[in-house]
Amino acid sequence: MSGNHPGLSNNFSRSGEKFSWSKDNLRSIKNIISKYPKGREQSAVMPLLYLAQEQNNNWISIECIETIAETLNMPKIRVTEVASFYSMYNTRPVGENLVQICRTSPCWLRGSNKITETICKETKCEINDTSDDNKFTVVEVECLGACSNGPMIQINNDFFEDLDEESTKKIIDNIKEGKPNVIGSQKGRRSSENA
Amino acid sequence: MSDDLINIKVNQKEIQVDKNLTVMQACEIAGEEIPRFCYHDKLSIAGNCRMCLVEIEKAPKLVSSCTMPLMEGMSIITNSEKVNAGRKGVMEFLLINHPLDCPICDQGGECDLQDQAMYYGFDKSRYKENKRAVDNKNMGPLVNTIMTRCIHCTRCVRFATEVAGVPELGMLGRGENAEITTYLEQSITSELSGNVIDLCPVGALTSKPYQFKARPWELKRTDSIDIFDSVGSNIRVDSRAEEILRVTPRTNEYINEEWISDKVRFNYDGYYQQRIDTPYIKENQKLSISNWEESLKVLKDKLKTLKPLALIGEHVDLETGYAIKKFMSNYGKDNVECRTDNHAVLESLDSYRFNTPLNDIENSDLIILLGTNPKIETPIINHKIFKAYNNDSKVFNIGENISLNYKTEYLGESLSSLNNENLIKALKKSTNPLIIIGSAFLNKIKNIKTLKSIFSYADKYKVITKEKNNLNFLNPYASRVGQLIIGNTTNKLCEPFSNLKKDNFELVLSFGSEHIANEQFNNCFKVYFGHHGDDGAMGSDIVLPTPLYTEKNGTFVNIEGRPQEAKKCHNPIGSAKEEWSILKKLSDELSFDFIPNTFEQLRSELFDKHPILSDYHEIIAVENSTSITPDIEFEDCKAEYPISNFYMSDVISKNSVTMAKCVEEITSTPSLLEKSA
Repeated sequence: MSGNHPGLSNNFSRSGEKFSWSKDNLRSIKNIISKYPKGREQSAVMPLLYLAQEQNNNWISIECIETIAETLNMPKIRVTEVASFYSMYNTRPVGENLVQICRTSPCWLRGSNKITETICKETKCEINDTSDDNKFTVVEVECLGACSNGPMIQINNDFFEDLDEESTKKIIDNIKEGKPNVIGSQKGRRSSENA
Repeated sequence: MSDDLINIKVNQKEIQVDKNLTVMQACEIAGEEIPRFCYHDKLSIAGNCRMCLVEIEKAPKLVSSCTMPLMEGMSIITNSEKVNAGRKGVMEFLLINHPLDCPICDQGGECDLQDQAMYYGFDKSRYKENKRAVDNKNMGPLVNTIMTRCIHCTRCVRFATEVAGVPELGMLGRGENAEITTYLEQSITSELSGNVIDLCPVGALTSKPYQFKARPWELKRTDSIDIFDSVGSNIRVDSRAEEILRVTPRTNEYINEEWISDKVRFNYDGYYQQRIDTPYIKENQKLSISNWEESLKVLKDKLKTLKPLALIGEHVDLETGYAIKKFMSNYGKDNVECRTDNHAVLESLDSYRFNTPLNDIENSDLIILLGTNPKIETPIINHKIFKAYNNDSKVFNIGENISLNYKTEYLGESLSSLNNENLIKALKKSTNPLIIIGSAFLNKIKNIKTLKSIFSYADKYKVITKEKNNLNFLNPYASRVGQLIIGNTTNKLCEPFSNLKKDNFELVLSFGSEHIANEQFNNCFKVYFGHHGDDGAMGSDIVLPTPLYTEKNGTFVNIEGRPQEAKKCHNPIGSAKEEWSILKKLSDELSFDFIPNTFEQLRSELFDKHPILSDYHEIIAVENSTSITPDIEFEDCKAEYPISNFYMSDVISKNSVTMAKCVEEITSTPSLLEKSA
């Protein structure tokens, strides 16, 4: 499975399984929709896409789109348009850990190329690819907003900052072995305090 | 000065315009043409092509005129060097990814991009990188896609959503990756889908059946009328030699605006299939080829002894109808019938036509559909109802619980559902209610009281007032209103056609009416005048070839009572002869009184007899409206819809390969699996 960034593809696919909202999500949906005026429920499409992605192994299947369209009573194509517009909605399956490497100028100046190399080597997969054991999908992304702590990567919902080749390798190894990782700066900085 | 007018300057010329207009509209009023791709006056404003840039004094940058509202004292400049440079820049960007395939593009010669590139394009490209290529998308059997040519104006997306009412098209991705597609590349399920072809300013969406057929400058244009439903949409028929190659709409703001249905746009290949090209006579239970001399001789002998009845089909023009009436008057009264589907009518015009002018439907705030499925019977009227619906009109439905592209409240299956409490409540609140009663009920009503009751009901709830009549009768046939106006009906108005006593007639002349095959005529001698071999022709004793509406001139009165002319496009196929000339010949041989020698004479005689028909394009005024009685009593009848399949509603469409493909590919799409079967 290679080719495009999973969030920048216009081709959606079916997962083959029925998608229905979990109880928790149903509760959140009710809460989210209540924030919009009556008749404007469709505005909730983005948070719902996010919930669906979370519930559906980190990607948006056609089943998700159809469920969202039904929930918000809007045309399926409109949901598809939104899901395809934003790169953070994955339109094809990704591995258990979605590794997003920031490659924008500040991180790049601080050596994001080497981080990319290390990650590709350690996870045994190319950019935009998923590893054979389905543990990792590696993608390069534009600025994730932690420039003062570059180079940095995001794995699923966590930021890992102030990386070098060694700390990057360790993070990947820990994930492979199921060990916990330190989130945030790998040099012990709190937030982005002076180094 | 009125409050709504403001003073502006366009290229230093001072004008007064409505303050609610946009800069582009004001420029047009001032006579300045603004180039555009995404702006279309029937669609919402998108402002994404940026071609319509103009300069506004004191504004630092060029602005897109289609999205810019007017302000008092605004000074607009459309012809400066800055504007020209801006538009040239936009054009250069548009052309970056546009392929240079004009020589093989169907849009070539009538392409907005091509035309405007003549004014604003550079003669060579500065772009050295790779052009993008986009996979073509499936949009069904009618719309061909070459998506690399797309410039993302989103006119098609807005049309599908706002006009056709089927939100199935969309733009996926963004920037370089933006692509127009239908949801999961399914076929568009609209009856108006062909209009995206006209809307597309480039060659991305073109007609599949017309693909690689002709260039626009080779075609002969003939103005005509859509006869495949009763709306009378204005069409333009393009032909080369003796063949029609395509049909496109003509703008008529009162009727079809800029749209036509897919049926008339694409069924023209059916014009040439299964044509009756020569007279046939039945010998030994089999139709065999004959000639005019022989067949007319046999017919003449029969007409000397047998008592005839004439049936008028759904595609018969007024002149033919008049000639038939004139001929049949030699045999007495009440022997011509156009209501072959048992259509119940009263004497006056307002009991069988659409009394609300079509472009007024959108102003209604409550619409009752009584036994009609406008989506497949008359897609243009359905679009107008959809417009009303978008203006917050409520739509109620009585009859079958049909699914339309807007929400309706279903009240029940019989006419008595008109007394539904919710409906009465809504009617009392409504300021401009409208009733549309369709053939599903009209063809079932047997009691004149029921029809009169509908008038009383309409009167009671202010559907009919002194100023307006919003009680509308809708039938899907192009010929019906006109034929009823000239009186081509047996006089017993609510009497069903099927009750006609078979003993009274011994000879049936059918002018394109398949009802000649009805059991009630089993013992009659049958003569079929028609252009296509259908059940009517197969069972007849004599079959005479007549021209199609595109092969002769003719007048049709549309459903709202507006006479319009369909013009001859090319000569008839085979040895087909116009009906009136056949009847003229028979009259001469039978020494009947039949004066017209030419079609023009026939037409002027028709207009002399019925002067109201001579005023083309104007709605006929009602002379004697139906008198209203106070009692309301509805008979119990079950709705039976006249058309179950939009793409196969008449003999021509049934013979069209394109329509057959539509049935296969579109009606089988799950989203259209509705109660039409």
